[in-house]
Amino acid sequence: MPFLRLLNVAKRFGAIKALDDVTFEVKDREYLCVLGSTGSGKTTLLRSIAGILKPDEGEVYIDGEKANDIATEERNTVYVPQNYALFPHMTVLENVMFGPLAKEIDKKTAEETAMRVLKLVRLDKRADAYPNELSGGMQQRVALARGLASGAKLLLLDEPLGALDVRLRIELRTELKKLAKESGFTVIHVTHDQEEAMTIGDRLLVLRRGHIQQHGTPYHVYNRPERIFVANFVGNTNFLEAIVESRSKEGSILRLREGLKIRVQDPSFEPGEAVIVAIREENVSITPEPRGDEINRRSGEVTAVYFLGSFTRYVVKLTNGDEIASRTPVKEAKVEINQGDWVSVNFDPGNTHIYEYPTLGLPSELEAS
Amino acid sequence: MPEIRAEGLRKQYGKVTALNGVDLTIKDGEYLTIVGPSGCGKTTLIKSIAGIIQPDAGEIKINGGLVTPLPIEDRGVGYVFQEIALFPHMNVYDNVSYGLMVKGVSPPERMGPVEEMLHMMNLEGYVSLYPRELSGGARQKTAISRALTSGSTLLLLDEPLGALDLKVRTVLRYELRKLVKDLGLTAIHVTHDQEEALSVSDRIVIMKGGKIIEVGPPLQLYLRPKEIFTAKFLGEANFMTGEITEAKDTGISIDVNGSKLNAILSGEVTLKKGEVRVIAIRPEFLDLSPKPRKGNSWACDIVGASFVGDSMRYEVHAENGVTLLIKTPIAGVESSFKAGDKAFVTLPEENLILYELPEEGLEKTLSLE
Repeated sequence: MPFLRLLNVAKRFGAIKALDDVTFEVKDREYLCVLGSTGSGKTTLLRSIAGILKPDEGEVYIDGEKANDIATEERNTVYVPQNYALFPHMTVLENVMFGPLAKEIDKKTAEETAMRVLKLVRLDKRADAYPNELSGGMQQRVALARGLASGAKLLLLDEPLGALDVRLRIELRTELKKLAKESGFTVIHVTHDQEEAMTIGDRLLVLRRGHIQQHGTPYHVYNRPERIFVANFVGNTNFLEAIVESRSKEGSILRLREGLKIRVQDPSFEPGEAVIVAIREENVSITPEPRGDEINRRSGEVTAVYFLGSFTRYVVKLTNGDEIASRTPVKEAKVEINQGDWVSVNFDPGNTHIYEYPTLGLPSELEAS
Repeated sequence: MPEIRAEGLRKQYGKVTALNGVDLTIKDGEYLTIVGPSGCGKTTLIKSIAGIIQPDAGEIKINGGLVTPLPIEDRGVGYVFQEIALFPHMNVYDNVSYGLMVKGVSPPERMGPVEEMLHMMNLEGYVSLYPRELSGGARQKTAISRALTSGSTLLLLDEPLGALDLKVRTVLRYELRKLVKDLGLTAIHVTHDQEEALSVSDRIVIMKGGKIIEVGPPLQLYLRPKEIFTAKFLGEANFMTGEITEAKDTGISIDVNGSKLNAILSGEVTLKKGEVRVIAIRPEFLDLSPKPRKGNSWACDIVGASFVGDSMRYEVHAENGVTLLIKTPIAGVESSFKAGDKAFVTLPEENLILYELPEEGLEKTLSLE
């Protein structure tokens, strides 16, 4: 039985549909990451589960019980908002102990729990400090610690690592998941950081304009994006406009602008149909090629090179004017390729996704909100 | 196309030293980013250059002229910060032309430069919209346009993309770099996003505790950081300590908790047997295989495996008790591993970076505070 179930949940604010027909389940002890941009409905979703907001339509079930009419405090749920509100007159330790003490847990146990979670968020040494003596990032960590110590079964985290430095965020995210697993929490963690979501989520829920775009394991969402929006929002993807020229058992031949042809594996579209081809940047490889070889029709000029650390990103302008980006692991970049170089572009026909050409055009599909 | 020089900058806030003797020259036409953990002084530095903060000591020169006593309006700089500050009652066109208006340029004369700027920033379709009708990305592009239309050739960017969603941020950073280069501006950009810094900069400044730790081009700082903290802060790195057991012209051998490590060093080898060194290696240079490989290959237990889209991240415990983070590009993976598997980790001898053991201790050097 799922621990949490939402059935056709809808919430409107005036003319805006913040949540529209949202249905999904979360298993007991599952770590679900909700991924979406500003305005996608992520926070409204958490607040509806917490009971801070009442949905206009639909049902929320927590642990088998319909929760729509159950008060927030009775839901065995803790909501850690993005704008953490700590008690200013209490020390860090007292703030974190507040939840357990309110539940009438004895002081010694409450303090032990509090210190354990403070250690996790690396603030055990600041236990006696007051909130106003801490930086924004530290205050956010205290708020997170308070949620973790509360003893609730369902943890609703709104951008819990958002105010932290990247370095600390990467370090804390793994530990957060470990602790959630050890303590048996069921977690819903909202973020706009796709790497964070993929690293720690057992499953992902991609949200856009109040609608679920896709729900599945990180691997599934990344490798089988069901919509153009998901392919764009999760990962780094090239999109090319094309017309299906022919298809066979081996796949399809697509015609890009100016007649440039490419082969893809997906045979699901009819010849003559307009489609969008999605190719992950890391699945595009480039090799140096002497300039002037105009016969190779998948060649182009490097228009920009960006070093990203573990990857280098190259932007190549193909002979038909389309731009395609390639991400090459720094370890594999044996030959130096510079802006202005002429290169040959390759990708595996199996590593592509084909979508029906969107009615409103490609840019509208890529918009986050 | 100005050159900026900061000499001996100091700034104290109560007990906190925000700038502790900063010397820095920014070359004409350069795109320079400043990175560092929260509280490192990066914001104080850029605000001192802008004239928003008055340093306690030191001088700032723009093109050789001392500007330290001048207020921001007289320094000829365009300043863009994280909290997007557009005039809410003005549309995009009026916001962008504001600088010229204040200078007394007549409306017909304003048209040319304003339209050119709107064209460069792809904002032509938005001219009659008001800030509240724009997405976060379009708002920040309007703010950048406004900062530039008044004719400043020095652009100061204080976390300009910090308030935006990750996806928008990634797209905008490339546009920003292109704009600065196309217009021949000098740009100083403060960011907490290391990938942003790596991808847009000509040079990066690493700061910690009010001091500059290291300055250099992205590739050099990433692949051959001279300071331990640079390796830690920019990208990810594994750190361990070991004792030199053999030193020859061709390379050295190190004992790391009982496991042997051979390293090839560039330049003259001045190391001696018995010396202790810190060894750093980037996670993407480590290899994971079912059988030992040639070179430094240690048996290990895989304790964590997570899929992050373009790569897999593994956490392993090596035979000698050292914990290592490994990042493997998916495209090049020969077999995938899961938590609980036994494997071998290879540390390529050419990718090891050696440091002297810092006097303050390794933990202190690596700390973000």
